[in-house]
Amino acid sequence: MNFKRRSAIFITLLVSLLLVISGCGAKTPTAAPAPADAGKEKIKVAFVYVGPVGDAGWSYAHDQGRKYLIEKMPQVETTIIESVPEGADSERVITQLAEKGNKIIFTTSFGYMDPTINVAKKYPDVTFMHNSGYKTADNVGTYFGRMYQARYLTGIVAGKTTKTNTIGYVAAMPIPEVIRGINAFTQGVRSVNPQAKVKVVWTNTWYDPAAEKDAAKSLLTNGADVIAQHQDTPGPMQAAEEAGKYGIGYNMDMSKMAPKAVLTSAVWNWGPYYVKTVESVINKTWKNDQYWGAMSEGLVDIAPYGPMVTDDTKKLVADAKDKIISGKWDVFSGPVKDQSGAVKVPEGQVMSDKDMLSFNWFVEGVDGTIPK
Amino acid sequence: MSIQEFLIPLLAASVIAGTPILYAALGELITERAGIINLGVEGIMLVGAVSGFMMAVTSGNPWYGLLASMLAGGALALIHAFLTITLRANQVVSGLALTIFGTGLSGYLGKEYIGIPVPKPFEVIPLGPLGDIPFIGPILFQHDALVYISYILVVAIWYFMFHTRPGLNLRALGENPAAMDALGLNVFYLRYIYVVVGGALGGIGGAYLSLAYAPSWLENMTAGRGWIAVALVIFALWNPWRALMGAYLFGGIDALGFRLQVLGIQMSPFFLKMLPYLFTVLILVFVVARQKGRLTAPGALGLSYDREER
Repeated sequence: MNFKRRSAIFITLLVSLLLVISGCGAKTPTAAPAPADAGKEKIKVAFVYVGPVGDAGWSYAHDQGRKYLIEKMPQVETTIIESVPEGADSERVITQLAEKGNKIIFTTSFGYMDPTINVAKKYPDVTFMHNSGYKTADNVGTYFGRMYQARYLTGIVAGKTTKTNTIGYVAAMPIPEVIRGINAFTQGVRSVNPQAKVKVVWTNTWYDPAAEKDAAKSLLTNGADVIAQHQDTPGPMQAAEEAGKYGIGYNMDMSKMAPKAVLTSAVWNWGPYYVKTVESVINKTWKNDQYWGAMSEGLVDIAPYGPMVTDDTKKLVADAKDKIISGKWDVFSGPVKDQSGAVKVPEGQVMSDKDMLSFNWFVEGVDGTIPK
Repeated sequence: MSIQEFLIPLLAASVIAGTPILYAALGELITERAGIINLGVEGIMLVGAVSGFMMAVTSGNPWYGLLASMLAGGALALIHAFLTITLRANQVVSGLALTIFGTGLSGYLGKEYIGIPVPKPFEVIPLGPLGDIPFIGPILFQHDALVYISYILVVAIWYFMFHTRPGLNLRALGENPAAMDALGLNVFYLRYIYVVVGGALGGIGGAYLSLAYAPSWLENMTAGRGWIAVALVIFALWNPWRALMGAYLFGGIDALGFRLQVLGIQMSPFFLKMLPYLFTVLILVFVVARQKGRLTAPGALGLSYDREER
């Protein structure tokens, strides 16, 4: 019997196959240097993504930002590593990137926080930027965006569009970021339509198009005529399209996937920030800030409107956008009431960043509960 | 809201959510009945989903997409067949490798196809008078063509397995391949066929997701349904009818959770996600207890057949 030998050969083949596959993750897309930049010094910048660039959502949006960066700054040479699991494995990946001479490393998921800090200690000459976390060091800064501002604007569109005064929200995970989004959206809805309610269904997924579509359907068959979402797939928008109803996309412009349904989408726009950060490192003006970028800086925005959005609605959104960009008013400026009607933020006050980052209650107008 | 208004959309959603799992589970059921365990279902579904999607986008015809998904799923299963039947490699290891391989391959193939719509997905076709039957009609007969095909497939596989001679041979293949060999049947050839057919069905399961359920291509869009299909085969005790019911039960769990939430009833999503596996364990315990330790799994499941081995 030669079973043992065969399985040994097989396992060897298997291991080499795995090595090949895991090696495929790293790519080095480089922009051809423009002749005008021939004199400029090259700088290597790396990006670590939690999902595949093809997730059409979170990592995709970051990669669009990276593409913008190499377009604007041809002297930048970028490396990306996709689908890096959070935790110990990411520490190895980040170390490798620092070892390969990358001068700036963007780690784009919450779970890379401690690994980023650990690696940063060993490479003081490298600048690390961690996305969505809260720990900094001499050479580590953090960055995130005030997506809630864009969500507020999409809420206005939804509030003006609904006929049944029931808007469905397909929510991802019960964490402050998602709750903040639902609350901001609801504030937007209620600013133009105080009768409307926002009904919440949790999927506990970031990424399951079929389940998320079904969650949207359950809202649509129960009276909702506009669907908003927080996941990275267009499933909920497709459900709205099939039901002949409307939807508000997220992460990127989702109108291609459901052209008759998508009113607009709340979108990320990392590109200009990446350019600014790389420039500041080159000019040695970089600081280890905790950056929470606002709509005024272009980090978050809403996608172009679908043809069904009226000029009246567009005007309301434009006014609200001006108000937010001016900095005189923000989404959670008082009075803000919770679901029971109790005032949480009194008139004349604005919710602090710290409170917004730890949101664990719903505002008035949300119909749903937060799972414990 | 009346009980009908709650139940009909819930059960109709369970049928749709169960269909991709059902196709994949029927494929795995045939494969396991032939004595081969294939844990590559998740990878096969993904490759089926992406190739079906690519073909449907390129050709503009979802039926060509379906065909492509079957060919791709079958081709991936052929690798498993070669490794486990010809080379007699460990079936569990080969299957797991296939899942990893399929996940990577589908992501690689689909790069250019992300975020684009299918020109013509499978659409809902109410089945005339059948669709008008009160209660039953909206639940069973107001779906897309692939759902109807899955009904026919369950009947066909059941009839084939339990009422035809080749079906008897298929079951014997998984029970005692040596006896089949002694009867003059080509064990290797037959096992190859059933593994490939099983893979083709897994491919359809994937294509159902990318062409009918949520028509789009996204990396990893099966989100673990391949594993649920593997559990379902055990839950169904290798019987196509029970696979049908189990698929709708497993598919209906998510649908139920969402609809309860709309009514304001909160169920832990972690508990719901656990249920398919919990049911499977319970069924196993129940069966083993009742039959005094004998499980109805095919006797030679997972064992490589070697003619020279005594």
